[in-house]
Parts: sequence; C-alpha cells; structure tokens
Amino acid sequence: MARADSGSVEGPMSSEFAVVVRDLVKTFGDVRALDGIDLTVGTGQVVGLLGPNGAGKTTTVRILSTLLAPTSGSVQVAGFDVVRQPDHVRRAIGLTGQYSAVDEYLTGAENLRMFGGLYHLDAGYVKRRSAELLDWFDLSEAADRPARTYSGGMRRRLDLASSLIASPSILFLDEPTTGLDPRSRLGLWQVIKDLVAAGTTVLLTTQYLEEADQLAQDIVVIDQGKVIAHGTSEQLKDQIGGDRIEVRVTSIDQIAQAVAALAPLSSGEPIVEEDRVFTPVRSGSTVLMEAIRSLDANGVSVEDLVLRRPTLDDVFMSLTGHAAESEPQPVATGRRGRKK
Amino acid sequence: MALTTQAAQAAHRPLIGWTLHDGLVVARRNLIQTVRVPELLFFSLVQPVIFVLLFAYVFGGAIPIPGDGGADAYRSYLMPGIFGQTVAFAAASSTVGLAEDMNRGLIDRFRSLPMAPSAVLLGRTFADAARQILVLAVLSITGLLVGWRITGGVLPAIAAYALLLLFAYTVSWVGSWIGLYMPNPETANTAGLVWLFPLTFLSNAFVPISSMPSWLQAFAAYNPVSTVVLACRRLFGNPTGIQPDYWPLDHAAWYTVISCAVVIAIFSTLAIRRFRRTTSR
Repeated sequence: MARADSGSVEGPMSSEFAVVVRDLVKTFGDVRALDGIDLTVGTGQVVGLLGPNGAGKTTTVRILSTLLAPTSGSVQVAGFDVVRQPDHVRRAIGLTGQYSAVDEYLTGAENLRMFGGLYHLDAGYVKRRSAELLDWFDLSEAADRPARTYSGGMRRRLDLASSLIASPSILFLDEPTTGLDPRSRLGLWQVIKDLVAAGTTVLLTTQYLEEADQLAQDIVVIDQGKVIAHGTSEQLKDQIGGDRIEVRVTSIDQIAQAVAALAPLSSGEPIVEEDRVFTPVRSGSTVLMEAIRSLDANGVSVEDLVLRRPTLDDVFMSLTGHAAESEPQPVATGRRGRKK
Repeated sequence: MALTTQAAQAAHRPLIGWTLHDGLVVARRNLIQTVRVPELLFFSLVQPVIFVLLFAYVFGGAIPIPGDGGADAYRSYLMPGIFGQTVAFAAASSTVGLAEDMNRGLIDRFRSLPMAPSAVLLGRTFADAARQILVLAVLSITGLLVGWRITGGVLPAIAAYALLLLFAYTVSWVGSWIGLYMPNPETANTAGLVWLFPLTFLSNAFVPISSMPSWLQAFAAYNPVSTVVLACRRLFGNPTGIQPDYWPLDHAAWYTVISCAVVIAIFSTLAIRRFRRTTSR
C-alpha cells in the first residue's frame, strides 16, 4: 500500500502536478546518493520529504531547484524539464536552503531589493512587495539593519522572504527550521501554513517527524537514496499497525527477557535500542495490564513503560530499523525485512 | 493577510541588456559591502600610500633615472609605477571576494534565480574596478604631496586614468578566475597575491627596463604592467627613462588596450565556464 505515486504520469505535463520526478538517480563517484527516486507533488499540495542525515533529501532539492544535474531520470518542475529548461524552472520556484542565503552585509531591505532585481522584476513592484514581506515576517523594524546583526530566527525569516520576492508558485524548503529555537520554529510553521493556504505548492525536507506531521499532507520517507514509504501521516501510522508499547528496563542485561515477555502481545517485530524495547501491539484496553503482568512474571524490572499511538518516529523505526533523527546504529534485532 | 498574490511579471529586455543589468545589481551589492566594512577600505587605501612613501624616500635616491636627473625626478617617475602596481593588486581582492562568495549559501540562491550566470563574475569585476577609482584618487593626492605633477594636460590625464581602470578591470578577471579554484578564502588570500609580485616587479614600475639584464628586458617589455605604466608616464608628462627597442614600449597605450582586450576575452570565458561547472561547496 501507500505507494501513492504508482499511477503512470507520463506525457505532457498538466498543471495538476507541480513536481514530477521519475527514477531519479544521482551518483557522486561511487556513491549512489539517489537510487531511483519517484515523487510527485500535486499543485497546491505540501509534501514532506522525510529522512535522516545523508538520506538524499538535500540532493533531491538541489536537483529540483536546478543547482545540481541529475545522473539519470527525469525531473519536471512547473511543467519544465530541470535540465533542458532551467531558466523556466527558476522563474517558477523559490528556494530556501539549509544554509543562510542572504548577504550578511546588506540590510534586510537591500537583500530583498537585490533578489527582486535578479528576478528582473519592476523596481516599483519590488519595493511594494518587499515592504509587504518585511511586514508579514515581522522584520519591518529591522529592515534597515545589516543581516549579520539578525538573530537566527530573523535570518531564516529573511531567507524565506527572499525566496518569496517573486511570488513563486512552487517553494522548496530544505530543513527550514533546523537550528531554530522552538518559538521561532512555531512562527515559521505558521508562515508556511499561510503560504499553503494562499495556494503555494511546497516541498519541504525535514528530519523532524513532528514537522512533517504538522505541515505536510503527504509524506515521502526516504533512506539511503530510496523512497521507502509514501502516504499521509495517518496512512503511514496505520501501515505499521496499532498502538506501541515502549519499555525501559532497569538493567540492560534484562533486555532479552523483556523482549520475550512482550512477544505474546506483539503484533510485529520488536526493536531494541540500548535499554529500551519498542513493540507494536494489538489494540485493546487490556494490553497494558497484560504487558505488566507478563513482564513481572518474567522477573523483568521495569524503569518506565508507555502505551501510545504510533508517531512518525515509530514509522521510521519500523521502516528502516533506525531512528530518524540520528545516524544509523547497530540494532540488536537487525534490519526488518520490509524494505519495499 | 493582504499579500500580493498575482504572479510577478518580469519585464522584457534583450539578453545582453539583462546580463549587464544583473552584473550591475551584483556590483551594487559588492560596493555596499565595501561601505559596510570601512576598515577594509581604509587599509586597502593605506597600503599604496605606504608604498609611495617607502619608494619615494627610501629607495628613491638609490635608483637613477637615465637622462632625467635626481630624486625629485624619481618621485615623478615612481607615481605612475605605483598606480600600475596598485591597480594590478585589485586582482587579489577579486580572488578573495569570489572565494568568499562561493563558500556561502548565497551562491546557491544566485544559481537558483533566473539571472545571467555570468552576473556574479561581472558584478565582482565591475565592483573591484570601481573601487579603484577611489584608490587612484587617494594615491593621486598623495603623489601631489610628494611632488608628483601632471604636466601633459587634462585630456591625456583622463586617458591615463581610463587606461589604469581598464587594466584594473582586466586583472580583476584573472583574479576572479583564480578565486573560482580556491577551496576557501584563506587560500585565496595567499594564492591571489603570489603571481602579482613577479608581475608588478618584473616591469618598469619601479626601475627602468634598461637597467635589467637583457633576458629580463624582453619579459618586462611585453609585460602589460610596463606598458600601462609607460603609457601613463607619457600621458601625465612624467619622466620615462630611456626605453630599449621593443614594439610594446614604442606603442605602449595601444599595446595595453589590445592586451587587456585579449586577456579579458580569455579569462572571462574561462571563468564563466568554470563558474557554470562549479557546484557550490
């Protein structure tokens, strides 16, 4: 299930899709950074590209925004081929990359004016649009200060404002909130939601599951250059089954006993991380009691025990065998069989 | 939220016009940077002034100008040489500036815009050459204070300054091209300078070519630094010393213009090609 883009979308582009990626491969020397990515983003949709560091998220965005040439495969953005018609693509998109892409020495207003000029927009329009954006992003007071005096959150907002100067119909956001404090993150989320409400198509990458959950209607999970799952947040959660039990044992020696104790309740394979066991369980009101009895009967001393609805974290765990926000680490139970 | 939502319409203009327009937009940004870091501007002005004082008063008495007399004559001889050397060193700021640009997230934004790909380079070279106007003004005042005079008339003097700016623009392209190969601004700082020392010292900027061994004379005679300096000496009405018999020295202004055109053609092509191939690091 959840291979949502399995239908064939070939031939001339309709305005139904803002982004169509087919079998995209990118190699750097011997490294296959992207290993056959398929991806579609409907016009007006928000799609979250979710994956750990090194999964290929940034590489994908760089190819989509014409910064990097694909090794093979086809990529169309706004109906234009990124390799053959890069200028048309550039006119339709806005990009906010992972790193600050404003000039430190220029003021906020000067940055916007410069980018507006480089989009070849009329000077009067740029002036009005800049004022609007600065106001919207709460930067009006800082408009005449050099960007290097801005806080991290302000700089990010200026970054985003810069990519909106030409009112692009498609916006690429590469880890838009990485490194921001929680308040700035919430503010930026609201901005992105407003943009989407106004009809902008957004493709955003993130390694924060919460962010994908919050913002994206459709989530594409990638790992090691491959799409490993695709669907709405709810679909992905359903895919891995009902509730989850998470047990932390007092002593790491008892981890095998804990796994054994939970086995009768499990509806899927458990995942072990250091002193913790995660396992999907069949739903029902008695499952928590049964778990406690079983652990007790097996003589497992429990530090902490939680029953909860699956999060995207669990989705990621069950799909890849490792957590989303850290580097892949050896897991006692090994990788799960469900790769595709 | 009353945001402008209609698609922004780009005006129509021929391609060359847009390239120039984009170059000027980037140049404006580079010049604003200069103003925002006045310390850098200050020290880049102090350095050539120190050169003037060092050469005029330390080496001056020891370097005879054949046929033109003593230390006063050397100061008049020296100033166009300092002009030539100083504008040549504009190349180093292009190297560093471009290496810094390429190391920033900003270059990704530039590359994702529908702007002319050469605009980053055009903007860099425009701005670095434009900065030399200020440098030349400060140097000229310093020169007047140590006894240098313009005696060749107003129009020739304007022509001399124009030649110096053309030369600055030319070396700025070479410096930009080097900058595109630099892994970081620190390396650029060193690499941007090394080639400029032999280029400027193996010329007539500080000593007459006739005082060099004959094998060096040929190099110095074809070195555009020599011809731009010699042309300026003639146009300003300053002492020139006695020239060995080489075509570039007999036609210094023409040779300067032609060699600048050739160097710009070659290095702008190389740099733009390199820029297009470089994905930012």
